[in-house]
Amino acid sequence: MSALLEVTDLVVAFGDVRAVRGVSFSLSEGETLAIVGESGSGKSLSSLAVLGLLPAQARVESGEIRWAGEDVSAMSERELRALRGEQLSMIFQDPLSALNPSLTVGYQIAEMFRRRRGLRRDEARRRAVEAMTEVGIPDAARRVGAYPHEFSGGMRQRVMIAMALALEPRLLIADEPTTALDVTVQAQILRLLRHRQREGLAMVIISHDLGVVARTARSVVVMYAGQAVESGTVADVYIAPAHPYTLGLLDASPSARDSNREIRPIDGYPPDITALPTGCAFHPRCPFARERCRTEEPDLREFAPGRSSACHYAEEVLARGAAVDHAGA
Amino acid sequence: MKSKAAKAATGVLALFVLVAVFGPMLAPYDSVATGVSDRLLPPGSTLSDGSFALLGTDQLGRDVFAQVIAGSRISLLVAVTVVVVGGLIGLVLGLLAGYYGGWLDTVISRVGDMQLAFPSILLAILLAGALGPSLTNVIIALAVTRWVIFARVVRGSALSTRNREFVDSARVMGAGSVRIMARYIYPSCVQPLLVAATVQVGLTMVAEAALSFLGLGVPIDQASWGSTIAAGRDYLASAWWIAAVPGIALTLVVICVGVLGDSARDGSDNTKVAVVR
Repeated sequence: MSALLEVTDLVVAFGDVRAVRGVSFSLSEGETLAIVGESGSGKSLSSLAVLGLLPAQARVESGEIRWAGEDVSAMSERELRALRGEQLSMIFQDPLSALNPSLTVGYQIAEMFRRRRGLRRDEARRRAVEAMTEVGIPDAARRVGAYPHEFSGGMRQRVMIAMALALEPRLLIADEPTTALDVTVQAQILRLLRHRQREGLAMVIISHDLGVVARTARSVVVMYAGQAVESGTVADVYIAPAHPYTLGLLDASPSARDSNREIRPIDGYPPDITALPTGCAFHPRCPFARERCRTEEPDLREFAPGRSSACHYAEEVLARGAAVDHAGA
Repeated sequence: MKSKAAKAATGVLALFVLVAVFGPMLAPYDSVATGVSDRLLPPGSTLSDGSFALLGTDQLGRDVFAQVIAGSRISLLVAVTVVVVGGLIGLVLGLLAGYYGGWLDTVISRVGDMQLAFPSILLAILLAGALGPSLTNVIIALAVTRWVIFARVVRGSALSTRNREFVDSARVMGAGSVRIMARYIYPSCVQPLLVAATVQVGLTMVAEAALSFLGLGVPIDQASWGSTIAAGRDYLASAWWIAAVPGIALTLVVICVGVLGDSARDGSDNTKVAVVR
């Protein structure tokens, strides 16, 4: 199957500082990819670049973003706008700040139908109620006239999803979709997303929550300091991580099933992207680091079919990681 | 608008507007009719033709009550028009500057700064002097001095709203710049704009009075509160009512508009949301 979205060697820079340093991933129709990393690892910037919505100071320095075979960076603002909402859509971490506080939710959803489908006001409103019902908002016909601040966090995220999916886009980018929500609501939202997934929606889930990733995505890209350090299927990567950072992330996250397992945080702090360490960016925090890691920057290499790692000693990490069971993460 | 003060202010302003609209038709006297034998009569005097001057007469025997009624028309008209015109210009330029930023913002903001570095009444005097005294020219001169204040207020709000997530989210959904400015940025600017406008209504009336006082305002045959006050200045010691009556009217309107502005700010839903967040 040909790729719906294909990102190749993407570099995003703020002035001289590269916040995303050569990230590649691709996504087919109906597939879900997770991008995992700490804050500041460049995961959100990568997705904003896909939508052509980088902050004013940032720009795509090099690399290629192809949507259904077409180069997104070569598109005009007008072409991009036609793509957004119709073909690709996005939901944000905090649904309250992502909704217009001065318009009713019904208006905001209906606007999608009025503006893009040319529906009349009453018809668009009817479709908005439908869309709200579909994402599980009870009593949608009455709630359609309410303002965002009158909804709970979970309901707001549902409104956001209803709006993002109103025009039936082919790809949904979900930037930390459940981070601002409590755990039970989180499960409901994930169920909602998985339901859409089964109906053929492709998704990019951006998260630092490995549990969320495990429940939604098939493949995963782990990012560290603006680079992809590991990629593969979720099952493979979780069971047998091949990069010390991934191993560290898994060790650092609590497991509900194996509560006896000790939680070990990764030592040190994420690097300052304006002053990256030489060699491998992870080496100051890495328990596997050797002299070579200080001097030589590792490339992302495919060490097994469908699995890549940017570590000189991926095989060693793999052997170490396999000894411990991370499946419960 | 729940407070008693706001209700009272609304009432007083409504009264002034009614008087401005219908007053001159109902006034017992012509505001510009002179009568040399009835000069400088105090309030409550009976004139030589037997009629009654409730608020006295001025140095030319013109009825002060009739002048204040006629003047309310000019003063309110000038204040409202200036604030609306200046507010619209300021709104558009402030939105553009705040939303687009970059060189457009630099140009608009620096022009505004240059103008603010200059006392606004001086600029108004310069413009009114150059254009000549007429109602339209007074409005133009004052609107030119006022737009900066509105533009700054709107720019500040637009700037802080521009980077809010819901603007990004609107863009993700495919909204264009004009729509984003109208539907997403503009609503957050309305509240501060209204508050600024109420303050400016008062200040504009004072500024118009100052221009009229200097003889650069509306022509003499169209009395405004400012020109009446100016005319009464020379007689403050002997005939205080000429300046005092329009002065009290001016003060009342400025205070009432200010009270309304405060209550609009206090009662706005936006600030409530902001507190909750």
